[in-house]
Amino acid sequence: MKLFQYIIRRMSWGALVLLFVSFFSFLVIQLPPGDYLTSYMARLEKSGMSIDNASMVALRHSYGLDQPFLVQYGKWFCRFIQGDMGVSFLYTEKVKVIILERLPATLLLSITSLLVIYLISIPIGIYAARRQYSVGDFLAAFFGFIGMAVPGFLLALILMWIAYQGFGVSIGGLQSPQFMDQPMSWAKAIDFMKHLPIPIIVITMSGTAALIRTMRATLLDELGKQYVTTARAKGLRESKLINKYPVRAAMNPIISSGGWLLPELFSGETIAAIVLGLPTIGPLLYRALLGEDMYLAAGCLMILSLLTIIGMLISDIILAITDPRIRLG
Amino acid sequence: MKIKLATFRLDFLRKRKNSEPDRFNALHSASQWTLIWAKFKDHKLALIGLYILAAFYLCILFAPIITPYDPWEDSKYIYSPPTPIHIFHEGKLHRPFVYNQEINTTPETFERIFKTDYSTPYPVRFFVKGAEYHWLGFIKSNIHLFGVDPKTSINLMGTDVLGRDCFSRNIYGLQISLTVGLFGVFITFILGSIIGGIAGYYGGVIDNIVQRVVEFISCIPTIPMWMALGAVIPQDWGNLKVYFAITVILALRSWTGLSRQVRSKLLQLREEEYIVAAKVSGTSGWKIITTHLLPGFLSYLIVSLTLEIPKMILGETTLSFLGLGLRPPTVSLGVLLQDAQNLAAISAYPWLLVSAVLVVIAVLAFNFVGDGIRDAADPYKN
Repeated sequence: MKLFQYIIRRMSWGALVLLFVSFFSFLVIQLPPGDYLTSYMARLEKSGMSIDNASMVALRHSYGLDQPFLVQYGKWFCRFIQGDMGVSFLYTEKVKVIILERLPATLLLSITSLLVIYLISIPIGIYAARRQYSVGDFLAAFFGFIGMAVPGFLLALILMWIAYQGFGVSIGGLQSPQFMDQPMSWAKAIDFMKHLPIPIIVITMSGTAALIRTMRATLLDELGKQYVTTARAKGLRESKLINKYPVRAAMNPIISSGGWLLPELFSGETIAAIVLGLPTIGPLLYRALLGEDMYLAAGCLMILSLLTIIGMLISDIILAITDPRIRLG
Repeated sequence: MKIKLATFRLDFLRKRKNSEPDRFNALHSASQWTLIWAKFKDHKLALIGLYILAAFYLCILFAPIITPYDPWEDSKYIYSPPTPIHIFHEGKLHRPFVYNQEINTTPETFERIFKTDYSTPYPVRFFVKGAEYHWLGFIKSNIHLFGVDPKTSINLMGTDVLGRDCFSRNIYGLQISLTVGLFGVFITFILGSIIGGIAGYYGGVIDNIVQRVVEFISCIPTIPMWMALGAVIPQDWGNLKVYFAITVILALRSWTGLSRQVRSKLLQLREEEYIVAAKVSGTSGWKIITTHLLPGFLSYLIVSLTLEIPKMILGETTLSFLGLGLRPPTVSLGVLLQDAQNLAAISAYPWLLVSAVLVVIAVLAFNFVGDGIRDAADPYKN
């Protein structure tokens, strides 16, 4: 029952955060001087066409750009709740349609990355802590420093370059052009799998590095505690001794890391996707921001934040299940 | 405790006094900062990081003197690879010199080909006259640390699309990129310690509100948020204004982490007995904060600030690389990397990636130094 209450509390909190994020997104999109129509007009004038003032006013009115900020925000938010995110000026299509088209790839990349991060960092972290100052530990530390210091876009560029030089293939996007409009087949699936590693490496690098450090540090703290010595003195099998108690205790910070890992993951995903040309939401936001396409940009920011909030909610719930102190405290 | 302190290696004390009781006294009379420095010196990576940073910041300070060319000056040497420096001319030892590069164009493909002219050596000269500059904004001079005859050119890191010297541009880029982090951290420090300090010292409702705002902000993915804020900067703003806008944008995110740390540390220290004792004996709130609380977590603050700088450098680089941060003619490492945006450019002109190497070195150095200070400044660590 306590758990249920806790979940309800976290969910209502998530809704509140979303409200704040929506206001922030809309505010940021509104801040630049001028709106989409001013830049649209400038482009028209450059190409020799002109548009008279009356139709300009009419256009502005039809898009609702002449109303005060709060009214625009209120209308936009009410429609957003109902699933209508407005129309993209750049693509002249519904924002919802464009985003939904890219949502599967975004989710697929993020979830795979999350799994990869946990699958790699937990065993390596355990190894590094158990064999402190061994060659493997130093290798892990070295890898950690690289992951921390190399910016994501640079890693993407370098990996692309290596793939291009070493294998003669250009690894842009998530599939080769010839498979673009084809139905799902084995060949297409294999092609897709070939394109997956580089984005995954780029996205997971910094997160994995950070988690290895966390896992190693917390496990080292646990290993120094007296209950470990007691268990060892009693003659408990080493593998059971390590995996059953200290590792479980050290897992808590890892599970709660979901909270900061997810925003980080979406950040990394955005950069990787822009450089590698992946069909995800990140590049969409980038293009929308450059083109002052406010509804699209706000929609992208909202969806990215929404995914983050949902992810944090899940990690909170998992933590509450595994650690009773959280749900009772 | 005594044994532990006495056994850990303190070089500086060993030099002064050798007898055991004297060493012991020196150890106990050493100030907190002396102890921190002594321990910091034991951390080899941190020390290397510190030297690298010192070298970088010296380069920044003397940028116009070190660089042989004006970083915005075009030349005819377009995409020239790094100039090799020779010491043997026609089999004989010679003072360091460069050969002139002749530019030819192949008639078929219009590809430019650099041909080295081995006939005349142009010695590398020191303290030569070159482009005029204002050092620190007011000292007018035209002396450069090194250079060659104007008939040829020395480009240690090659040149870019307009024939501008990449070495000069990278040094000037460091100037912007490494100070963005410092200014950003300064803003972070002020915002984070004031807001976190208020939340931690007063607690209750104020604390609750601040904590919620911090949570709100950390729910938005960093890079998309930076991108959105970067796109807000008006196109017609001057270089200086954009520079400050970027530092503020970077700081807007990072103060949250710092304020959290300040708060939790304050909440914890507030309950310590020595603070209660100070309160009971009638010490004023200001004095408690400045003389009792602040020294207790200053080292803590310095560590998290040092570790915040590299994140800001990476943030600026990423934003500028995407075209949402600093813009040309400002040169920062991120702006320089804009030229290396596609595979064709990287494979044809790999020296454009030197800026990236500099970013990585700077970030690593800051991280090492931060780790070193953390280990040295935490008195509770064994």
